[in-house]
Amino acid sequence: MNDTKATTGFWSNAALTAAALLIVGVLIVLPLLVVLQQAFAEGAAAWLASVAEPDARAAVWLTLGVTAAVVPLNTAFGLAAAWAIAKFRFKGRSLLLSLVDLPFAVSPVIAGLVFILVFGRHGWLGNWLDAHNLRVVFAVPGILLATLFVTFPFVARELIPLMAEQGSEEEQAALSLGATGWQTFVKVTLPNIKWGLLYGVILCNARAMGEFGAVSVVSGHIRGETNTLPLHVEVLYNEYSFTAAFACASILAGLAIVTLVLKTVVEIKGEQAADNGGEA
Amino acid sequence: MSLKEKSVLPGFGLAFGYTVFALSLVVLVPLSALVLRSTELGLSGFIEVVRHPRVLASFRVTFLSALAAALANVVLGVTVAWFLVRGRFPLKRLVDALVDLPFALPTAVSGIALTALFAPNGALGHALGKLGIQVAFTATGITVAMIFIGLPFVIRSVQPALADLGKELEEASHSLGASRFQTLLRVVFPLLAPSVLSGFTLAFARALGEYGSVVFIAGNMPMKTEIASLLIITKLEQFDYAGATAIAVALLGLSLLFILLINAFQAWTAKYLGNG
Repeated sequence: MNDTKATTGFWSNAALTAAALLIVGVLIVLPLLVVLQQAFAEGAAAWLASVAEPDARAAVWLTLGVTAAVVPLNTAFGLAAAWAIAKFRFKGRSLLLSLVDLPFAVSPVIAGLVFILVFGRHGWLGNWLDAHNLRVVFAVPGILLATLFVTFPFVARELIPLMAEQGSEEEQAALSLGATGWQTFVKVTLPNIKWGLLYGVILCNARAMGEFGAVSVVSGHIRGETNTLPLHVEVLYNEYSFTAAFACASILAGLAIVTLVLKTVVEIKGEQAADNGGEA
Repeated sequence: MSLKEKSVLPGFGLAFGYTVFALSLVVLVPLSALVLRSTELGLSGFIEVVRHPRVLASFRVTFLSALAAALANVVLGVTVAWFLVRGRFPLKRLVDALVDLPFALPTAVSGIALTALFAPNGALGHALGKLGIQVAFTATGITVAMIFIGLPFVIRSVQPALADLGKELEEASHSLGASRFQTLLRVVFPLLAPSVLSGFTLAFARALGEYGSVVFIAGNMPMKTEIASLLIITKLEQFDYAGATAIAVALLGLSLLFILLINAFQAWTAKYLGNG
């Protein structure tokens, strides 16, 4: 007899489904639909005009550029940190682990603030930067640093538990058969972690493209120069260009959907790989 | 006692060195600037800034809204998580993917979308307005935005725990004569409590520091609907670095304190209620 009291009956299931769909529908789907509705409120031509406008395009390029710089850097860090933390036992390991997670605990606005405190006009390096005619805050380097900070742990957090779980037997076997350290890393470790790595990169990428609070603090909002796409949305919204703001927002929403799709695909592939005993 | 266990694997020095280097450069040095700059005010100066009515009001608004949002997220999140694990529905995988939208969507986009939705002329704002409930530009709006961004935390915390739970314990409980309600109360909820608490803490912590999703719907009236993170930015724009730093440190300190309290409570319950 499979139908015990623990199995949800038909009506319980229906009520549960209805409640869950209502919650997800109102809280998650509706805001998404509102973005699309508002973006196209004045028609497709207006949407295109908003999106092709020079400042908007500059914002898109800046967002892409920052992301292209930040994601590889944090991926390299994630791999190094995961190798050191997951495959070795040493004193201070838990501390290091908590420190890596630190950017998660910090509010985005505070993340931006700390870079102003270091690189701003009255910051620690303010005078030095002024003397050398360099700008970090209110310029692209500041945006890079702030984005780097907030997305710092993403790849590491995915890889550390994964690599810890996988242990080091395969690597040891490879080494005992004569492979060098790098050969082992590239040919044994990387294939084993590829889905976790991809997952972390996708999350890091999404956050880097969408970061708002931290970048808002350091950017100076200089149109056409230091506005990423999320900042450009804010600028447009604050000057009541609502349709234009939502048009740019719709691009970001589209990117978010792509992120969700890629994430789900990687999750499914990862599950399949796990089911097949590590062979994808 | 050595600092590191002997290992056959190479590359520790390189990996560890690079990790510490990057960590210091990107995270630790900037954060230390926060702590060190805040001491420039001295303790009395620090208290002076934080005691100001506008600052206290912003903390009150932020904390109470975050608390309300996190509590609401527990109820909503557990419902959705239960559905995702135990429910039967053809497009369940789609719903599962959608749950992560608040994570994936830039906070500025969430902010303007929620404002458009709940403003007096928005789809939901209009309907709620007829019932006499105003959401946008009030503390309620702040709470709604915080619910949006915190929901995935609770769901993703509870989902794996619920999946791991399996049905055996519930079936055992039923076979011993407990009603469904008794089983839920005395078997399922205590076992889910750690993950629910964990999700609650994450949602609460995130809501405390949230800026982008909240600042558009909030109305931002000082003393009434101004959140702490906005106040930090306002002080920065006035070049009051010391004030901004003091508020930031206070906010961080209170958040960390709260998280430590919850973790301690969790450890205590695990010890006294046992894990099985």
